[in-house]
Amino acid sequence: MNRAIDFLLGSTMRWLLLALAVVFPLVTDNEYHIYVMALAFIWAIAVYGMNIITGYCGQLNLAHGGFFAIGAYVVAILTVDHGWPFWPAFAAAGLFGAVFGFVVGIVSLRLKEHYFAIFTLCVGYIIYLMIDKWEALTHGSLGIINIAPPEGFGLVDFTQTIPFYYLVLAFLALAIWLTRRISESLLGRTFRAIRISDDLAQSLGINLMRNKVLAFVISTVYAAAAGGLYAGVVRFIGPEEANFIHTFDMIAYLLVGGIGTLMGPLLGTLVITWLTQAVQSLEEYRMIVFGPMLVLLVIFFPRGIVGSFLTWRGRRMARQAPRKTRESRVDTTDSNSADATEARNNA
Amino acid sequence: MLKLEGVDAKYDSFKALDGVSLEIDAGELVVLLGANGAGKTTLFNTISGLMKPAAGRITIDGKDVTGRKPSALVQAGVVQCPEGRKLFPGMSVLKNLRLGGYVHRRDRAGMNRTLEHILAMFPILEEKKDQPAGSLSGGQQQMVAVGRALMGRPKLLMLDEPSLGLAPLVVKQVFETVQSINAEGTTVLLAEQNAYAALKIANRAYVIENGKLVMQGDREEMLGNEAVRKAYIGA
Repeated sequence: MNRAIDFLLGSTMRWLLLALAVVFPLVTDNEYHIYVMALAFIWAIAVYGMNIITGYCGQLNLAHGGFFAIGAYVVAILTVDHGWPFWPAFAAAGLFGAVFGFVVGIVSLRLKEHYFAIFTLCVGYIIYLMIDKWEALTHGSLGIINIAPPEGFGLVDFTQTIPFYYLVLAFLALAIWLTRRISESLLGRTFRAIRISDDLAQSLGINLMRNKVLAFVISTVYAAAAGGLYAGVVRFIGPEEANFIHTFDMIAYLLVGGIGTLMGPLLGTLVITWLTQAVQSLEEYRMIVFGPMLVLLVIFFPRGIVGSFLTWRGRRMARQAPRKTRESRVDTTDSNSADATEARNNA
Repeated sequence: MLKLEGVDAKYDSFKALDGVSLEIDAGELVVLLGANGAGKTTLFNTISGLMKPAAGRITIDGKDVTGRKPSALVQAGVVQCPEGRKLFPGMSVLKNLRLGGYVHRRDRAGMNRTLEHILAMFPILEEKKDQPAGSLSGGQQQMVAVGRALMGRPKLLMLDEPSLGLAPLVVKQVFETVQSINAEGTTVLLAEQNAYAALKIANRAYVIENGKLVMQGDREEMLGNEAVRKAYIGA
């Protein structure tokens, strides 16, 4: 049993998932499914960004969808109006995401908790308004068409679904690898320390503002990069990309998968994306399915699929621990074991 | 090394500290006595920068640090070990300790030396270093908290009620540890309700009541003082 758990959380499992993702286009002949999967991967990259600032660092950023749209629009404007090739425009999207994230971060992170969430909600809406109304720059509600696709090399043509799928997969793998590196470094522990308690983190000498801004900038770069890829595959974008619905979709992905865990964002995004596909025939009524599901999930699995699994594993380890050392008293209060699992989380 | 002059601290309009002046010399072990709500923790939070003083001046080694950020104060050598331990319960003991050395994160070798020293001081932590801190007993958790504070290599270590909620035997152990930390050269400011045990290891003590320092003196004076005995020792 313990070995099975370790396997699920280990690096072999991650390589296995990657291998599955690599062979996926070879085993399905439905190109639409590959396209849906590629889009899900793009959203997952953005959700990984949100996981850094919201999951690890504990700051609920409701402007995240806005940064996704900014990335998409930087690519769109540069390639369509200024004739840039895709890749330089994509790099510019990441850079702009960082700069804009820094500016928004140093202002908004002065606020805490709900006030930060409300402030960023407004920032997200302002981004939407700017995209919708600043017609000279963004083409307004008409949107931008004919965005340049990523330039291929040799025989690889990224306007085709399967090569693009692999491109996105590569970026997703990079995003997960980077998240893992951050999560296991002192930086990741610093973010968690801030989430657990601002004051405690400060009294260890952690510069709150600097680290929060850093987490924010990392998250906006993820979002802007995801947005840039999105523009490259969809090749038509409009102000709706900045609709805050997308932010709440990403929160749902994060909650379902497991906030503050390594594999939660991917799992949540995939589960909801494919569920959405499965109940597509219900159209608008599909919320009747989703609503109760989310409610049940929040009640019974508040830490999402991966988070609840880790909590369960933590409890299990705690039960086994006293047998080894008799004098150790095990504290199984909820927050403790939850955080316990998380700190050790490799899932 | 630490000097407070007429320090006020407020929670909105409520004055929690009222004109507090105190001075601690390098190498001293000073005890701060006071009942619940007297202002001990507020005073600590003000010194460590978590609260900004409404008035007054705080200096460390003659340098004005009034209103500086907590992270800057930790850098300057003032480390607080908060009341109620406040560990990161999910992180392993080792990770808790390493986070305590955050300000020295670029000095790996030095950090490892400090870590070894702390693990030698608390052998039980060496044994449990990979367990989540939340799974340790109260006394062991207190050791992690003290060890974590020491990882910052403080010049001034502020301990906020380290005996809170611990068994008498463990309390004794904690006080012995505090004494040995002080003997190694770290200046200690210790807030306690357990007055007798604290006074026994202290050089001097201050008594705080309703946000004001009402009395001070060395160990013998305090132990012999009738009012102190009545109010804090109960004998």
